[in-house]
Amino acid sequence: MAEMTMIQAITDALRTELKNDDNVLVFGEDVGQNGGVFRATEGLQDEFGEERVFDTPLAESGIIGMAVGLSTQDYRPVPEIQFFGFVFEAMDAVVGQAARMRYRSGGRWHAPITIRSPFGGGVHTPELHADSLEGFMTQAPGLRVVIPSGPYDAKGLLISSIRNNDPVIFLEHMKLYRSFREEVPEEEYTIDLDKANIVKEGTDMTLVAYGAMVHASLKAAEELEEEGISCEVIDLRTVSPIDIDTILESVKKTNRAIVVQEAQRQAGVAAGIVAEIQERAILHLESPVFRVTAPDTVYPFSQAEEVWLPNHQDVKEKVKESMNF
Amino acid sequence: MVFKSPVEGIEEKFEMIQILNEDGKIVNEDAMPDLSDDDLVELMRRMVYTRVLDQRSIALNRQGRLGFYAPTAGQEASQLGSQFALEQDDFILPGYRDVPQLIWQGLPLYQAFLFSRGHYHGNQMPEDVQALSPQIIIGAQITQAAGVALGMKNRGKKNVAITYTGDGGASQGDFYEGVNFAGAYQAPAIFIVQNNRFAISVPVEKQSAAKTIAQKSVAMGIPGFLVDGMDVLAVYKVVQEARERAVNGDGPTLIETLTYRYGPHTMAGDDPTRYRTEDMDSEWEKKDPIVRFRKFLEEKGLWSEEKENEVMETAKEEIKAAIKKADKQEKQSVTELISIMHEELPANLIEQMEEFKEKESK
Repeated sequence: MAEMTMIQAITDALRTELKNDDNVLVFGEDVGQNGGVFRATEGLQDEFGEERVFDTPLAESGIIGMAVGLSTQDYRPVPEIQFFGFVFEAMDAVVGQAARMRYRSGGRWHAPITIRSPFGGGVHTPELHADSLEGFMTQAPGLRVVIPSGPYDAKGLLISSIRNNDPVIFLEHMKLYRSFREEVPEEEYTIDLDKANIVKEGTDMTLVAYGAMVHASLKAAEELEEEGISCEVIDLRTVSPIDIDTILESVKKTNRAIVVQEAQRQAGVAAGIVAEIQERAILHLESPVFRVTAPDTVYPFSQAEEVWLPNHQDVKEKVKESMNF
Repeated sequence: MVFKSPVEGIEEKFEMIQILNEDGKIVNEDAMPDLSDDDLVELMRRMVYTRVLDQRSIALNRQGRLGFYAPTAGQEASQLGSQFALEQDDFILPGYRDVPQLIWQGLPLYQAFLFSRGHYHGNQMPEDVQALSPQIIIGAQITQAAGVALGMKNRGKKNVAITYTGDGGASQGDFYEGVNFAGAYQAPAIFIVQNNRFAISVPVEKQSAAKTIAQKSVAMGIPGFLVDGMDVLAVYKVVQEARERAVNGDGPTLIETLTYRYGPHTMAGDDPTRYRTEDMDSEWEKKDPIVRFRKFLEEKGLWSEEKENEVMETAKEEIKAAIKKADKQEKQSVTELISIMHEELPANLIEQMEEFKEKESK
């Protein structure tokens, strides 16, 4: 088995599906000869030709609108939004159009589109590159929103996303692209798009996270273990839909939960999960369900991002607050 | 000024193409499309039929029996002349006023009524109609058309994607993106801008400094034409040539049709007297597409009052039957709508489906 970074695993997944299915098309800004600004599509145009892997004019709404059109011709488009902050340019095409194709046409058409896009803080980008915008997307009926936390998951989840016959937003945390390697099978495999993954078992506390916050939560859990607090860490993998059953099962065991997200506090994924837990398991709780989030400001100018972003210390403190409640 | 802007005098390059003038006389014999007498009569039949459909739809709306409706009278030549140039496997991406094109491409009339009534079956195009349902967001269909066309090109199909918007639509970012994408990929698309002079109430003069919308094609590097949108022969001819170019691999075309909607923007309370004058209305009514085509056909001995009455009667009967059929359509349920959200329903919707099954059984 090969060790891969997340970006390599993503390229591997794209290559796998380009090989498997002639209808798969990969396109976006700089994805052709340049191989993408993060090299996610490195070598794919040479291998599969310009009809399958190609550059587009620089216009995000055009890219997603084109993907919608291509899907009527039985293609399986995998467009890239170069940085997810640029999705605002394409909000109608994503939320008003792609997400509604099946519903609007009563099943006559559908949009098997996987929109890949880098996001996430900690890499000192200019404005509107690093924002966590998944909350906007999870409020759009018709979309699935997938966020892998590492190389193995990225490959399996991306293959599943591409094969799914409805639109998927596949968000790749930039900090995770090359920060560590993992064993990734060379053969193809899929991971369910509606199942969370228990990445660490524990008995005292349930930590629910996704993307880079899975690693902050794991680090907190490891350190807390030494202090005698046993945390279970759940990696959502998919933030729409939410696998609430796995969360509830864990909460019923630990009686405590904290949801950790890199996004701002207002609304969003964590708020939804807190609401579900209290509606469905309030009598199992020994403490309020807390959140660890970023503050409700615009994503900070990069000099402030280390403080602004939630980290494992924040998680540890919140765990203790809950344990002492 | 040292430099002369190339935009000066550009309107001379975009003179309005006309074949049949307001008096029903051919003014451009060389451009006369190759249509048989039967075709000419069929075009007239469709325009008359569609005018009756518009009148009946407005009446039904006023009786509270239709729902959402965007009147079409005045735009028949633009809508039906362009649709007449299509093959069955061409793909239509309509705006919300472009229901007639769908109907003549094969959308059953009762489904068109269901679209108005807010029933999803109205959006379910029959298998042999390659079309999306009418787009509500102005311009969203234009980028999609580029994608449909690129797909057709890559599949080696000899077909085109044709999309419609209005003069207001040509101000949207999606207009520039979609037309430009199609140009960049030399995709077989036809972009029709039906310039009916008002985006709801805002006159076209306030949309842009450009004297024509057709000239925007220059910036995108593709052919563009300004056409008399009240002249069904000119519209047909220009679209038919654009189609030929597209399927021969010569890329997309932008076509501006100069037309006018006699009615309000939609039947939901728009009052055109707030932004149009009676003089303007009557000036455009003189250009009416049906009046001039009738003169032309009568001159050729192909049309008569009797024939027109016959078409109108048939239209009324068929409309009546279609409304009856639409009345019989079972009301859609929320559970049904939940079931068409995804191929595989996620857990939250399965749960909500159960809740609504119960709510709907009460």
